[in-house]
Amino acid sequence: MNEHAPHNRELFTPGHLGCPGCGATLGMRQVLSALGEDTILVMPAGCWSTLIGIYPYSCLTVPVVSVAFASTAAVASGIKAGLSVQGNDHTSVVAWAGDGGTFDIGLQALSGAAERNNDILFICYDNEAYMNTGVQRSSATPAGAWTSTTPDSALKDQRKKNIVEILAAHGIPYAATVNIGAPEDLECKLKKAKDIRGPRFIHLFAPCPTGWGYASELTVEIARLAVKSRVFPLFEVFDGQTWQLSPMTDKIGVDAYLKYQRRFRRMSAEQCAHFQMQVDEDWRRLLDRCQAKSSLAHT
Amino acid sequence: MKKVMTGNEAAGIAAKLARVQVVSAYPITPQTTIVENLSDMIGRKELRARYMPMESEHSAMAGVIGASLAGARAFTATSSHGLVYMHEMLHYAAGARVPVVMVNCNRALSPPWNLYCDHTDSLAQRDTGWCQYYCADAQEVLDAILIAYSVAEQALLPVMINMDAFYLTHTSELVDVPNQEAVDTFLPPYTPSNKVDVDDPKTFGNVCGADLFASIKYRRHWHTLLLEKLWDSTAIKFADHFNRLHPTVEAYRTEDADVCVVGIGTAGGAMRLAVDRLRKEGLNAGSLRLAMMRPFPRVRFEKAISTVRHLIVIDRDVSFGAEGILAQEMKAFLFDRHADVKFTGFIAGVGGKDISAETTAGLVRQALFGNGTAVEAGTSFWTDVLL
Repeated sequence: MNEHAPHNRELFTPGHLGCPGCGATLGMRQVLSALGEDTILVMPAGCWSTLIGIYPYSCLTVPVVSVAFASTAAVASGIKAGLSVQGNDHTSVVAWAGDGGTFDIGLQALSGAAERNNDILFICYDNEAYMNTGVQRSSATPAGAWTSTTPDSALKDQRKKNIVEILAAHGIPYAATVNIGAPEDLECKLKKAKDIRGPRFIHLFAPCPTGWGYASELTVEIARLAVKSRVFPLFEVFDGQTWQLSPMTDKIGVDAYLKYQRRFRRMSAEQCAHFQMQVDEDWRRLLDRCQAKSSLAHT
Repeated sequence: MKKVMTGNEAAGIAAKLARVQVVSAYPITPQTTIVENLSDMIGRKELRARYMPMESEHSAMAGVIGASLAGARAFTATSSHGLVYMHEMLHYAAGARVPVVMVNCNRALSPPWNLYCDHTDSLAQRDTGWCQYYCADAQEVLDAILIAYSVAEQALLPVMINMDAFYLTHTSELVDVPNQEAVDTFLPPYTPSNKVDVDDPKTFGNVCGADLFASIKYRRHWHTLLLEKLWDSTAIKFADHFNRLHPTVEAYRTEDADVCVVGIGTAGGAMRLAVDRLRKEGLNAGSLRLAMMRPFPRVRFEKAISTVRHLIVIDRDVSFGAEGILAQEMKAFLFDRHADVKFTGFIAGVGGKDISAETTAGLVRQALFGNGTAVEAGTSFWTDVLL
């Protein structure tokens, strides 16, 4: 399956400050391996803005611009425009933001860049809460999850915002979900995204042992269970119109995914059933969209 | 070539003459015609640049920061709530040492809504690390933008060129537009020593410990203080090319003045007329227009007030619970240096009320003789207040 030669130069060097088992660091390594060194990263506040290392150290060997929380997509668009007027249309300008910096405070700037058709690749590494500040709820936190602002006395009631549908509704040329537990699929989609011009969005599932409450060696397993259970299905959307499922194994129940994570341990049987219902509903809607456009599917 | 134009038209032409490469902006009254004109110049390819129609002022400033970090000359313009909405990114721009230039059209902040002249918007940004320059006429708007790019790119600090809403933005005046070749000689292309570059990868704004943090901020503080001299030396260079001088402080009849009235922006003209009237009345009056407000132009200000016994400041702004912001700035400068100088602070013209020569002369008389219509509030006196 892994027919691609490994990247001849490792762009992610030792010394990151992430927690053991951090899904977001695996994601960065896989993403940089796919994109290569002609890449500029733009990062808002978030886990990655600290785990890159303390100045003057950095674990990354590509340029990194650390920006204000709400400004990621706008700074990235500005960098792209600045490069472009100087004749550089080849460098990938990549916004790399957490779920807070994408679903919440970064959404307006992201929507603006998407509407303006700015040539940036926006990657959201989604660990489903404000992990860097101590696991506060974001609009990417799933219903029923414990966070430090949705404590046991008041678990989150609201479902997770569907960020890919929002971006797809802008009609951007490419949007896709990727998962650190499916690195070949991730590499394939990132390489595809790299070669498309215009705004591209990648939703990267990045489990967090610290915030989700599971043993650090289970990160990849939990990422895979999220795909198998359809909590985080893998798919692509072209031009906001053509939806295409990625290869996935048979569907399993969400219990297998929920049971490893302490954040879900206070969920009632009723909340678990509701969680399953929501996943089933989203999955059916996704299948409908993919089937409706199957005749137009891209390769 | 001399042309009749508004301050906003002059601003757009200046950005074009500066050959800006990226314009990232969001519309707000009374700034709109600046960015409308620039989008048209870019659309008609009179200016080879990218126009980024952003979805907010926060993103407009983020856009010019990004473009500048990539090595492009970048421009934006805003006003009032737009400037205040940018506040976070203003800090970021100065901290990132990007030499961007922004025009701000000084307009009141709501509530209540008001579109007219007031300086609270930009003066409330005085701690963000931007160089702030306030223009007196449309010619100065055009010239100051060109000087600003030169200053910004030498210092690697951002410059805000301020102009009074409607008094300058929408009032037509005769403006001498320099030719492109002359501007190109004065202002060569921006060639940054440091930029975001995949061939020379660096981090920008990475997390930093307290030891280095203090050193970085200290250096920036020094470089910001040096902007006063840098502006004046660059303005002299500009005058060598174009025969128009735009110093950090414009002093009028201060050589032997006992009493001196101080203000910023378009009130400068009325202040000069008021000085002439007061001189006829036998008062040794002078006036100072502070063109630069950040950094505070200490050298020229101190020189200009060497004979002054009574300083009278007219603030078109207020820091609620304190006093006018110019008054605070001047008092901070005078403390321990000129404890013997008497000081009176007025707050006048907020929300667009005209500050006429007669208003100004009246305020000076009130400061000196005690009779007038301005009413006391803490350490300042307010004009045009219904009680």
